[in-house]
Amino acid sequence: MTVADVLLLALGVVAVGSGALVVTSSHLVRSGFYLVVSLGALAGLYLVLGAELVAWVQILVYIGAVVVLLLFAVMLTRAPIGPSADLDRPALPAALVGAGAGLGLSALFADAFRWVRYPAPDPATAERMGEEIFGAWVLPFEVLSILLLSALVGAIILSRPDLAAREGSS
Amino acid sequence: MPLWLDLLIRIAAVMAGFLVLPLVIGQAEHKVMAHMQGRVGPMYAGAFHGWAQLVADGVKFVQKEDITPRDADRTIFRLAPIVALFPYLIVILTIPIGPGLVAQPLDIGLFLVLAVLGIGVVAVLMSAWASANKYSLLGGVRGAAQMLGYELPLVLAAASVAMAAGTLSLPGIVEAWRPWWLVWQAPAAVVFFVAGLAEIRRPPFDMPIADSELVFGYMTEYTGLRFAFFLLAEYVGIVVIAALTTVLFLGGWHGPFEDHLGWLWTLLKIFALSFVIIWFRVTYPRLREDQLQRLCWLILVPVALAQLVLTVAVKTLT
Repeated sequence: MTVADVLLLALGVVAVGSGALVVTSSHLVRSGFYLVVSLGALAGLYLVLGAELVAWVQILVYIGAVVVLLLFAVMLTRAPIGPSADLDRPALPAALVGAGAGLGLSALFADAFRWVRYPAPDPATAERMGEEIFGAWVLPFEVLSILLLSALVGAIILSRPDLAAREGSS
Repeated sequence: MPLWLDLLIRIAAVMAGFLVLPLVIGQAEHKVMAHMQGRVGPMYAGAFHGWAQLVADGVKFVQKEDITPRDADRTIFRLAPIVALFPYLIVILTIPIGPGLVAQPLDIGLFLVLAVLGIGVVAVLMSAWASANKYSLLGGVRGAAQMLGYELPLVLAAASVAMAAGTLSLPGIVEAWRPWWLVWQAPAAVVFFVAGLAEIRRPPFDMPIADSELVFGYMTEYTGLRFAFFLLAEYVGIVVIAALTTVLFLGGWHGPFEDHLGWLWTLLKIFALSFVIIWFRVTYPRLREDQLQRLCWLILVPVALAQLVLTVAVKTLT
């Protein structure tokens, strides 16, 4: 085992462990903080695999924005300190879906790659990422940006009651 | 030089900068604010113009009792000051002081800096919620809204200069910098500096702390060493924002005799910008919450976007 293997394993354990805590913890807001740890460990995994840019994007977007928005929303509700007794979670179906998806993906990957050793790709420098995104992958990139734009417009319409009221009156 | 020695020197240099620079800035804040307000400031500690005031403060903080409120979420409450300080330590690691004088040169250093600075919001939310105090929570929610909003102009302004330089590496940006960028990138520089001030919650953007209405915002319940950590984070924040503005927009080590005195130019520019940050605190009243958000979304974001267009236009024409 190399150092990278050990790091991958350790970070994987942290990611999965804190991920399990997110769904099992009865402390509402703490779940959000466990999610921070889980996504941070995921960023660490990217870093070990040499995808530096993806790792920083993961931190910037998920930890710096998505989880913060989530925590922000939870804190605007009652969000008590300490365990909440009245949380109802369909534990068994959720466990079945989660374990099923995990096992299915593992089986799929094992079947697809058959333990073949592939040479590691070139390190993902910013230059190479840019060339790939704006060269080979420019169409998916543009389609995604249109998706985000429509989501943005939708959010504005939903949060502006004056716009909705005008449509209703006409 | 063996690897471990190299590593040791780098870590020692970063730790020294991390501990000394904020103390110097903090002392400067005491004295500059005092003189601007017609006072003399600390005069007794250390005998000469109170130079040891912050050292004395540090000793005082260590002696104070470390109180955790009874209803607080203890683990998260205690973790928050460390999470607040940690991102800045990482950022200082990547800031170039002189040509080749950087603790850890990175291909995409700018991206790392922006990503890691975003973690600061998590610390604010942690301390705010775990304190079990309504003032803390109010301050934390204000802080999160402010920091999320101002991250956008901050990133856009940084993107503009990265596009102009054609690289995401901080030393690379300084090398590509030319004096006429002072004019070309001026709107981005102003946007970056103002958004940076809001990111570190310095006056006039101290709505999350607002001591006249929220006691001390998300730091209300903290005492002793943990409170000192938050204070240290604030001063390191000043250093980091001043250093980033210097490196991105003011040409870092460029200046007369830059081959030998490059590091001195960087430090001088950092201190000049820190002085401006302190000056702002003395000069401007606190922005109200709605004024704060209005400034961000209606002025800074459009200016940053216009700057991006200008950067692309000049870049393609030349």
